Amino acid sequence: MEPKLTLRRGRVGRLAVSGTDFNPRDSLISSPKHVEPLVLFVLCAHFLVAIFSPILFSRWGRSAFYILASVPGISFVWLVAQYNNVYSSTLPSPSLEIPWVPVLDLNLSFKMDQLSWLMSLLVLGVGALVLAYCARYFKTNDAGLAGFGAQLLAFAGVMFGLVTADNLILLFVFWELTTVLSYLLIGYARTRIAARRAALQALIVTTFGGLAMLVGLIMVGESAGTYSISEILAKAPELISAVGSPQLMLDIGIALLLVGAVTKSALLPFHFWLPGAMAAPTPVSAYLHAAAMVKAGIYLIARLSPGFSETEYWQPIIVVLGLGTMLLGGWRALRQHDLKQILAYGTVSQLGFIALVVGFGGQEAAMAGMAMVLAHGLFKASLFLVVGIIDHQSGTRDIRELSGVFKSAPKLGIVALIGAASMAGLPPMAGFVAKEGIFQAFIASATYGPAGPVVGWTVLAGMVLGSVLTFAYSARFLWGGFATKAKGMSTAFKPVSWLFLAAPALLSLLTLVYGFFPHLVETWIRPYSDQFPAYDPDGMHLALWHGFSPALGLSALVIAVGVILFKLRDKFEAFQAKLPAGIDFERAYRKAIVVLDAVAIWVTGRTQRGSLFFYLSVILSTAIVSVLAVLLLNVQDWTEDIYFVDPGSPFQIIAGAVVIIGALAAARANKRFMAVLLVSVTGYGLALIFALQGAPDLALTQMLVETIILVAFVLAMRSLPPGLLERKQAGSHRLVRLILGIGFGATMVVVAVVAMGARIHEPVSLALPVLAYEGGGGLNVVNVTLVDIRAWDTFGEISVLAIAATGVASLIFVRGRGQRLPRAETVETGSIGKLPVSQFEPTIHLAKKFTASPSNPWLVAGRTLAPERRSIIIEVVTRLLFHSIIIISIYLLLVGHNGTGGGFAGGLIAGLALTIRYLAGGRFELAEATRISAGTLLGLGLAMAALTALAPLFFGGEIFQSAIIAFDLPVFGHVKFVTSTVFDIGVYLVVVGLVIDVLRSLGSEIDQHEEDGLDSMEMIEDDEPLEVSR
Amino acid sequence: MSVNLTLLLVMGVLYAVGIYLLLERSLTRVLLGLMLLANATNLLLLATGGYAGLAPIFNKDIPPTEYNDPLPQAFILTSIVISFAVTAFMLSLIYRSWLLSRADDIQVDREDLRVAKQALYDDEEDSEIPIEVSDFHENNQPAAKRETIPGIGPKKAVQLLSEPAVPHKKPRKDKA
Repeated sequence: MEPKLTLRRGRVGRLAVSGTDFNPRDSLISSPKHVEPLVLFVLCAHFLVAIFSPILFSRWGRSAFYILASVPGISFVWLVAQYNNVYSSTLPSPSLEIPWVPVLDLNLSFKMDQLSWLMSLLVLGVGALVLAYCARYFKTNDAGLAGFGAQLLAFAGVMFGLVTADNLILLFVFWELTTVLSYLLIGYARTRIAARRAALQALIVTTFGGLAMLVGLIMVGESAGTYSISEILAKAPELISAVGSPQLMLDIGIALLLVGAVTKSALLPFHFWLPGAMAAPTPVSAYLHAAAMVKAGIYLIARLSPGFSETEYWQPIIVVLGLGTMLLGGWRALRQHDLKQILAYGTVSQLGFIALVVGFGGQEAAMAGMAMVLAHGLFKASLFLVVGIIDHQSGTRDIRELSGVFKSAPKLGIVALIGAASMAGLPPMAGFVAKEGIFQAFIASATYGPAGPVVGWTVLAGMVLGSVLTFAYSARFLWGGFATKAKGMSTAFKPVSWLFLAAPALLSLLTLVYGFFPHLVETWIRPYSDQFPAYDPDGMHLALWHGFSPALGLSALVIAVGVILFKLRDKFEAFQAKLPAGIDFERAYRKAIVVLDAVAIWVTGRTQRGSLFFYLSVILSTAIVSVLAVLLLNVQDWTEDIYFVDPGSPFQIIAGAVVIIGALAAARANKRFMAVLLVSVTGYGLALIFALQGAPDLALTQMLVETIILVAFVLAMRSLPPGLLERKQAGSHRLVRLILGIGFGATMVVVAVVAMGARIHEPVSLALPVLAYEGGGGLNVVNVTLVDIRAWDTFGEISVLAIAATGVASLIFVRGRGQRLPRAETVETGSIGKLPVSQFEPTIHLAKKFTASPSNPWLVAGRTLAPERRSIIIEVVTRLLFHSIIIISIYLLLVGHNGTGGGFAGGLIAGLALTIRYLAGGRFELAEATRISAGTLLGLGLAMAALTALAPLFFGGEIFQSAIIAFDLPVFGHVKFVTSTVFDIGVYLVVVGLVIDVLRSLGSEIDQHEEDGLDSMEMIEDDEPLEVSR
Repeated sequence: MSVNLTLLLVMGVLYAVGIYLLLERSLTRVLLGLMLLANATNLLLLATGGYAGLAPIFNKDIPPTEYNDPLPQAFILTSIVISFAVTAFMLSLIYRSWLLSRADDIQVDREDLRVAKQALYDDEEDSEIPIEVSDFHENNQPAAKRETIPGIGPKKAVQLLSEPAVPHKKPRKDKA
């Protein structure tokens, strides 16, 4: 372990510079670090400008791209300025750590080491150039341009985050963000099906890899005990040497991480998404599919390679997939006619090549691999941008249609020539330097490396073959795009402006500079590659000229065979076409998607049948079976303390029998109202049980609720047919219902017995009476519990009541319920609720004599009812009872704190009084009785409750804390007022509001429907004022 | 703690009948089933309070064990009133359903059935599309060139109804 550690930069230095940037107050930073907050600043700048890009675009049109480009541009300058810090021999790499979710070891930790710096060069540099290029590629009036610019800029930021993240999960977050943004960018042309389809395909494939990677990184993180990437790499030797299951977990975890890299970098067998993604606008291809996103996989391989290239599955995956991808991509690139597709398959090929070199291990390969990453980023981005210009100026990328482009645009041709030469590996380009290095590295590796000569020479041979193909398709690209074809006429080609050409030209210039100053690049890569063991005894350097080495011979061989292959291009194409088609991976992918669709539909069809009965049966059976199974397996001794007759309440057996009979009869009833009545019997029976048990509050409330429900039922159901649905029809599943019902009932009994038998401690409620008296200032423990001890519960409950009341009203009222009900004065006497006259012919004449008078001594609006609807007895009784009942309700409300009663019971009684008014005098009577609307009452009640909750805060108390105010009144004597009573008044108002809403909706409004006739309802406009016919 | 089997048996019957009614197709019976389930649950809560006792009106001379447990009582009180609100809401639902469709029963969800019967062929994913060799092709292509936007236009609906549910997959034409 020790020798590996010394290889890691900064580790040694850290001890030496203790205190330089050390902040002793920050407990999270345990060792001296070189803190660099600007990393985060760069990241945020990208996102912020991206957010405001719509404003920029609306102001400056497509030129706003230049502003966007300045963000990665300035960041690039900053990055270059960081060189001394990053490559300092004394300071550790600049880093930044902000805790995010420390429990999960998830921190916003960034680290700018040499590898990150190299990758950032590409990400920011190419990003700035591509964004600037967009300003001439698009038109100002292109749809969604601002969004596109924002996404592309955000993408640059995300990529920067990805290559600087020092936490596995943070890395994954950026990883998936690139996936999402690439989906949006590929699908930029929203109206084109090809773009949408390609975007979705890329999304699915890379997300699949991302998920595998998530599992992998969790396995790696858990086996390492940390999610910090630098710490994991530091621990790598120790982790690898572990034996048994930890090692297996690490091996699989690393393999899964590689799956993520393989999908992202479009290696076999997932390579097909990359050519598909060429449906993206060409600048996107230049950035995402050449320089940035596809390099994320390469970056991950490069990042892990120093520590984990010796794990079990690493070498096979890298070698087989890398080499296979290189050959397949090159082979297929030779068959393409679209310039962009040639580049796309070329990229696939190069990605396989780079992944292989970077992941192979060894100092020489690491050096050459990273050199290739940089060279590839430069020439491939440049070539894509060139293709974009060709497409933009001529309207096609098809090499069968293009001809004479070089003559029309020689500067563009030279730029392309440099790029293609670099791709082919011709001196003095960057590509040549890198490829020479690779050949040299693999010759050394095959001679001295641990992989052995067989693997070494095979890989080298494969690479040479792949390079031949690369040379051939590079030539094909150049010839196809620029040559003057024999028979074709010249393609119309608009002149290319300098601004448009600037970005690819600059990239090509850098390709040349790189070629002439390779030692500069070598210094950049050296600290990274030094982490690997060296194999070549002579050492290895990047250079244009190494002398007559074997590597040079291989380069010459590649060029020679490549030239022949290009000369024979027509024959070779014909030969390719004759060969039987191999595995079409895209087709396989699409078949897999079809199978997935079919399985999804099958499963949906089996589970989502649209039958409530089916769903409930599944839920209930699960409840029964799982609960019983657990009980049978776990419960050892059943309680024996079971009794039938409660000595304090022997009569509850009779009440219970009534309830049982009521319930069973209700199950059999076939008439609507009979069934309702029988269910009410169980309710009243329950009230009796409550009373006998010692719960007068419950008994009272239950009686009142049961009564009001009965009224509501009758009101709501009067329009429905009296009989219930015939049961003996198909699909009634009677037996299943019976079994489920009995099963569930029995289960609940068993559960209750076990649960109560298992209880060994004293109930907490033994403390409640004293609490209620001393803290809540009331004698009625239940009431104090509701309005004080558990006031939050009650507050939630009255909110539910208000919502339910509003729901009832909105379901019934076709018009808004907010309108005030009309006053009774506007209504003609005896006009409401007339029945067909013939039915009551003899009595009606008599009744009219008594009821035609417009004056009414008993009720306010009783006269509005038709004579046949009125009953003088009920009117008189109502007159006598109403005010008394209201007084009782207020009494119950106020006394509730100390005796039976409270807001609920009081409110229900008041509601009952209003019900009587409505039943006696009709809907105008109700309207006269409730001049305050239900909504107002509900709101007022909630407001009062909320006020009691908040008021104590202003007196230094806590929410819902109650206070006792004692004072003397002339008549009442000494009064003790507890503030929670105000809360109870709120409850009272809410309950009254609920009952009024029920009466107005199920009563008044349905009356109106009945009178208007249901069919006429559609005619009423929403905001039409309620007109009463005279 | 001792267990009052009478209350639990009554509770069991209420649960059984409640479930039996809940599984019916008639909405009214479903509502009645819900009410019975609420009653059953209230009984369950009551049973956890143990033996019958005095009403929990505080008197400092009475030891707290003499009262019937006030905590389940508070829960039940909440439950009773909430059940009332739910019942009223369900009643409105039933009336509304009757008003709109003259139906008092639970229908099979046709949308669910349609999902289960849908064809595997999807225009967006499976149709043949031309190979594009330019980002700027809108300029030189006839306006009638097929471009379907998913979810718009009757085309897809017609396809779903008329086409047999067999995979109609053709791979996109190779780019060779």
